[in-house]
Amino acid sequence: MDGATDPKNLPLAALHAELGAKFVPFAGWSMPVQYARGVMGEHQWTRENAGLFDVSHMGQVRLPLGADTALETLVPVDVIGLAEGRQRYAMFTNDAGGVLDDLMIARHADALFLVVNAACHAEDVAHLHAHIEGVEEVSGRALLALQGPKAAEALATILPAARDMRFMDSHVVDWNGAALWISRSGYTGEDGFEISIPDEAAEPFARSLLSDDRVEPIGLGARDALRMEAGLPLYGQDMSETISPVEAGQAWAIGKIRRTGGDRAGGFPGADTILDQLTNGAPRRRVGLKPEGRAPMRDGVELYDSADATDPIGHVTSGGFGPTVGHPIALGLIDASVPKDAPLYGDVRGKRLPVTQTTLPFTPHGYKR
Amino acid sequence: MKFTEDHEWLSADGNTITVGITPHASEQLGDVVFVELPELETQVAKGDEIVVIESVKAASDITAPIDGEIVAVNDTLADNPALVNEDPTGEGWFFKLRVDDPAALDEFMTEDEYKDHIGG
Repeated sequence: MDGATDPKNLPLAALHAELGAKFVPFAGWSMPVQYARGVMGEHQWTRENAGLFDVSHMGQVRLPLGADTALETLVPVDVIGLAEGRQRYAMFTNDAGGVLDDLMIARHADALFLVVNAACHAEDVAHLHAHIEGVEEVSGRALLALQGPKAAEALATILPAARDMRFMDSHVVDWNGAALWISRSGYTGEDGFEISIPDEAAEPFARSLLSDDRVEPIGLGARDALRMEAGLPLYGQDMSETISPVEAGQAWAIGKIRRTGGDRAGGFPGADTILDQLTNGAPRRRVGLKPEGRAPMRDGVELYDSADATDPIGHVTSGGFGPTVGHPIALGLIDASVPKDAPLYGDVRGKRLPVTQTTLPFTPHGYKR
Repeated sequence: MKFTEDHEWLSADGNTITVGITPHASEQLGDVVFVELPELETQVAKGDEIVVIESVKAASDITAPIDGEIVAVNDTLADNPALVNEDPTGEGWFFKLRVDDPAALDEFMTEDEYKDHIGG
């Protein structure tokens, strides 16, 4: 992770400043955390209309098409079976069965296109280079996300092809001579798109979207609350080198073909541990948490199975306030032996506050499958 | 009204001091979703962390600006923490302290001094 050096500026930094952004350093970048509307208002806007996010801090990488076999040695996901024009969620695992980073993999006509987290970008690229020939770090391209129930209508006014895409499609589309790599996906739980675009086209493209009354710029603050309500894990908090994909509730991403009994079972780092957890259960499980009072329970809050227990049964991995649901929400990791309906207690500043286990997501997903 | 470097405002009525946070601080915090207030009749010492404010972004502490006893807390914030954003110097007050000597407030900034403080 970067820390000592000055944060890098996004390609659209001047536009964000003009739009009234407040900036914070995040994963080595100076990122817009909110605009004039504020986190709560931006959150609600995205749930009801369409929010434009600049996620250009994330790493973009291309691999030769033939690297799918080699990539399968790093992820527990079916990459070979990924059809052209489709995208799939994956994670780089480690030998202990933990996660080095989570990522998106898309298959285009001429390459595999990967999007990785900003904080892990350099490590991910080194990891890829160590195992795969022809790794290309993509530079000079911004990454924008348009998210919300009105995202498709708004995008279709300047890019009609967007309307016909379905969830997790990933297409190369021309916009005024610029090649856009666009997928119908996102990290808010809403319908939406993620758009990789050459830097020089990014500003006119963003301005064109923002000129639509349905579209407002949205900062990093709202993005975190949106993904928490959607029950989506954040790498570094809900998933990490010591939390397996199964424990993090991401076992759905591990295709049948990579599981025990599948044609390409195993063959990724930590396969023994992860496949065993899929068969026999993991020691811990991810839970949705609804604190009963109004006090948020943030990451690190220890969880107990009674008001006076001395040993915690788990902890909160992400937590805060859910503006759409109107109460505090959290994601936690707890011992698998704790019954699913057991009331829990979070230790907030020395007080044991009651918290209920709930199903995820907190707000229904709006994906267009 | 007097101001602290921690962006609290203090308003004296005899020996009773009402404490809240400034509009500048409320703006910096963003949307407030929860306020934890001290217990009534608690003796507090200057510097004690006695209020926790949770915004959608983060949790922050408010310290006692001066020694005293908590004689009132703003219970309406339990149901309506957004008052801290809507009216930080009025309806969004936090607590009232009884102090021995209101002259102790003299050490804090005037409004003009505070404006310079946040401007610089």
